[in-house]
Amino acid sequence: MITAERKPFDEILSLVEGKKKILVAGCDTCVAICLTGGEKEAEILASELRIKAQQDGREVEVEHTAAIRQCEWEYLDMIAQKVEEADLVLSMACGIGIQSLAEKFSPKLVMPAVNTNMLGMPQEHAVWLERCVACGECRIGLTAAICPVVRCSKSLMNGPCGGSHDGLCEVTGPNHEEIECAWALIWERLKAQGREELMFTDRPPKNWSKSSSGGPRKMVREEAKPV
Amino acid sequence: MTTATEYKAGSNLERILSAGQFAVTGECGPPKSADGSVIEEKAKILKGYVDAVNITDNQTAVVRVCSMASGYQAQQNGLEAIMQMTCRDRNRLAMQADILGASVLGIKNVLCLTGDHLSFGNHPEARGVHDLDAITLLKMYKDMRDESRFQCGEEMTVAPQLYLGCAENPFADPFELRALRLQKKIEAGADFMQTQCIFNLPKFKKWMEAVRALGLHQEIKILAGITPIKGAGMANYMKKFVPGMDVPQEIIDRIAAQEKGAPQQAEGKKLAVEMIKELAEVEGVAGVHIMAVEWEAAVPEIVEAAGLMPRPAVA
Repeated sequence: MITAERKPFDEILSLVEGKKKILVAGCDTCVAICLTGGEKEAEILASELRIKAQQDGREVEVEHTAAIRQCEWEYLDMIAQKVEEADLVLSMACGIGIQSLAEKFSPKLVMPAVNTNMLGMPQEHAVWLERCVACGECRIGLTAAICPVVRCSKSLMNGPCGGSHDGLCEVTGPNHEEIECAWALIWERLKAQGREELMFTDRPPKNWSKSSSGGPRKMVREEAKPV
Repeated sequence: MTTATEYKAGSNLERILSAGQFAVTGECGPPKSADGSVIEEKAKILKGYVDAVNITDNQTAVVRVCSMASGYQAQQNGLEAIMQMTCRDRNRLAMQADILGASVLGIKNVLCLTGDHLSFGNHPEARGVHDLDAITLLKMYKDMRDESRFQCGEEMTVAPQLYLGCAENPFADPFELRALRLQKKIEAGADFMQTQCIFNLPKFKKWMEAVRALGLHQEIKILAGITPIKGAGMANYMKKFVPGMDVPQEIIDRIAAQEKGAPQQAEGKKLAVEMIKELAEVEGVAGVHIMAVEWEAAVPEIVEAAGLMPRPAVA
């Protein structure tokens, strides 16, 4: 799923500065599941903004709403009236939802209230781990279904590097947490599968033109288009 | 009167432009092999006819000898280098390391570019770096030069002395942004700029009007880009396939009216000379940048015929 984190409150305040009618728009799909930008979180942010405005003695009207999916036109239709009435929409959806909303209601002023951060897996309640970068050329068939592009700190195709120790990476996470060495994991799982030889297969350089290096991507499914 | 101590790098190009002399720069593409003779040969042709020469950096995203080595080689052969540096193939560490290295080797002029997209080159599957863009690169080099600081803020003991250049395409869209983007590059640190090849003179003049309206011609030295056309085929190719190139049909027709081969080449050179003379009259144009792609031999004749010889020497 797509995960996102709410921006610091001061940054959000700077984005809405001077606006009198603000709509906080949540999205009830990915960002709701990661407890960041669903209807409940939109309601909380709207309250925080109202309280802050009251404390500062500013007259600001703040409403909230949520689309079932902010990234789809038909669900945006359902919140159209509230959007049109606002001076500014503070979107809590992922980057896709925010841009869909802004495109649908252009040139309405739309600001992001969250930082979209990854395609993550919920490992336990309230913990997500990055598992995919949508590189466009999946090779995990060769790596025991463990992605080295995203899980190896150097995105090595032929690891592990010399920084692997006791199954851990030499790099630590942003909060100094330990990171598992992807290539140690790959090796252990390949061994368990009896497929050790895959570790030594030829792995040519990746084709990054299928990722964002090739320019903005577009997918068309001709067979699925309405006749 | 500018004194030596006021120069940012004291390169030949900077001295000539600072003295208000009309500058002439050329261009040399390094070879696609470890052939050390190519730059030497090109340098022999251009020496004395241009004030400095751009050494391209994997231009059109095709692998070649690096611009630092080729730039050094050009300077060893008596031709001052303008080392091109693109953001496509290096992150900020590599771009700082390379400029320190280039500076140690005596290279003083650097042209900061974003770089042609990988999809146009011979390794379209490569991962594009684009850690910085041309504007953030200019700022980083300016801070290295003027503040003796790396991009991270750390200080260095000996700062590189650099004359910083940028490119701008007056023919790209949206047109109204083009002069404003140049302003952004000046604010980031650009001392001189070279334009994309000019074939559409009226449009270039319109762009210069916008540049002058902002007073930018007084803040940066503008070198107008000239590419001599070798034949009608080349002109057609540029019009159709080279992104950002504006080649009016009448230019193609004028070349095509001549016999293929030498007559078309002669017409191409004649056109280049006419363009230089006209560009020199445009207020705010401080020089010309002649990009004779794989046709360096045409440059001496063009510079001579345009009345730009001998090249000035500024102490």
